[in-house]
Amino acid sequence: MVALTYHAPTTLDEAVSLLSNATLPAKVMSGGTDLIIQMQRMIDSERLIVDVKKIPELTTASLSAEGLTLGPALCCSKFTRRDDIKQRFPGLVEAAYLIGSTQVQGRASIGGNLCNASPAADTIPALIANNAICRIHGAGGERRIAVEKFVTGVGQNCLEEGELLASIEIPAPAVRTKDAYLRFIPRTEMDIAVAGAAVSVTLDEQGTCIAARVAIGAVAPTALLVPAAAEALVGSRLEDGALAKASAAVSEAASPITDRRGTADFRRHVVGVLTKRAAKIAAERAGEGE
Amino acid sequence: MKAHVTTRINQESVEFLCEPSETLLRVLRDNLGMTGTKEGCGSGDCGACSVVLDGELVCSCLVLGVEAQGASIETVEGVAASDELHVIQQKFLEHAALQCGVCTPGLIVATKALLAENPSPTEAEARYYLAGNLCRCTGYDKIIKAVMDSAATMREGA
Ligand SMILES: Cc1cc2nc3c(=O)[nH]c(=O)nc-3n(C[C@H](O)[C@H](O)[C@H](O)COP(=O)(O)OP(=O)(O)OC[C@H]3O[C@@H](n4cnc5c(N)ncnc54)[C@H](O)[C@@H]3O)c2cc1C
Ligand code: FES
Ligand code: FES
Repeated sequence: MVALTYHAPTTLDEAVSLLSNATLPAKVMSGGTDLIIQMQRMIDSERLIVDVKKIPELTTASLSAEGLTLGPALCCSKFTRRDDIKQRFPGLVEAAYLIGSTQVQGRASIGGNLCNASPAADTIPALIANNAICRIHGAGGERRIAVEKFVTGVGQNCLEEGELLASIEIPAPAVRTKDAYLRFIPRTEMDIAVAGAAVSVTLDEQGTCIAARVAIGAVAPTALLVPAAAEALVGSRLEDGALAKASAAVSEAASPITDRRGTADFRRHVVGVLTKRAAKIAAERAGEGE
Repeated sequence: MKAHVTTRINQESVEFLCEPSETLLRVLRDNLGMTGTKEGCGSGDCGACSVVLDGELVCSCLVLGVEAQGASIETVEGVAASDELHVIQQKFLEHAALQCGVCTPGLIVATKALLAENPSPTEAEARYYLAGNLCRCTGYDKIIKAVMDSAATMREGA
């Protein structure tokens, strides 16, 4: 591993000042489950590590009438134990629960999953389906950007030097809104998504879909929001015809690669199937009410 | 520059020096001579290095030694009472749930964490919880029998 200088600031301002005044190439660390492995492969110059887990607001999640404010460095084990959050955003909790093993979830965070920006990251589609916003903190102050714009390419995000992800905010969903996330992996556990789909559905009192968001993962360089798939669901009662249209829309939006985990054709097909199934689960949950 | 770290391991206060780039696994094994915790992969995949850090089961190969500052760590060395094996350790022996033994410390630590969180897991729950503990020898059947028997015995004892 490269030589490291390690700091664990206790406030956001201190973290930003460490990052902005850094003389070494700097890295923010949340759980370290991606970063420590990446650093083991580096053999070049020393790095500055700013561990943000000692900053209280970065490791807490609070649910209020306005929605969810999620500390990006909160570990998935603590996040998935939150029944109040699971009740509101079952799909996002499912996605966090799929990351690695129990041990990996004991460190891995949703913020790290998002910033690392792997095409197959499980929580990114679920964040997008839930309209999540990134609050970014830097020396120049704060800015906000939607998750679907935050990730800019394979392993790339829009953070400038000296900036860090300070929180992830999900506005309170409308009544009868619920989400679901499904992924396909060749094994039953401990594997990386070959395709993933997250769907959030809002129903009216009669069970007609009045709003939806559909996001897909592992089938393009970044997770994608697919408005055409959402449009196919809106106005329907999630009948086969509407689901088939949504499925066709995500297959069309996908631009997958072929690798040893699956061919492009297979991925394009599977992402459609997952979208149908996730839409049905989300609608069932939305129908069950709060 | 080496960092000075103060932490608690198995309820005892411990101080050590380490390079910030050293993992907790390296520190435990090389700096502190606590070689019960094993290295299988060094990349989070096998669970041989499992320890409990501030109440969460983690891979010590994915934690930096410096992150232990002010923390509380439980390793396999703390599982047995001084001269008596823990029920889980006994059950692993009774069911012959090990061959080479490299995965065993990680599995014992993980099983203890599982049963603390869920004293009556179904077999499926136990298998999912322990999916990050790989074993190249046993085929898992005996491990799962030992885990389920440990759970039953610990429930009777409680
Ligand atoms: C065995 C194993 C299995 C895995 N399985 C899965 C899986 O099934 N699905 C999946 O999606 N991922 C998986 N991963 C990858 C990884 O665990 C996740 O991406 C995890 O969510 C990363 O979170 P972290 O807190 O550990 O991030 P870190 O490693 O701390 O950080 C990741 C990246 O984000 C940056 N970063 C972190 N926090 C911030 C911040 N607040 N502001 C700015 N930048 C930041 C870091 O600089 C780094 O570049 C697996 C990893 C391992 C080791
Ligand atoms: S050595 Fe840590 S998970 Fe394999
Ligand atoms: S007994 Fe050899 S790896 Fe499990």
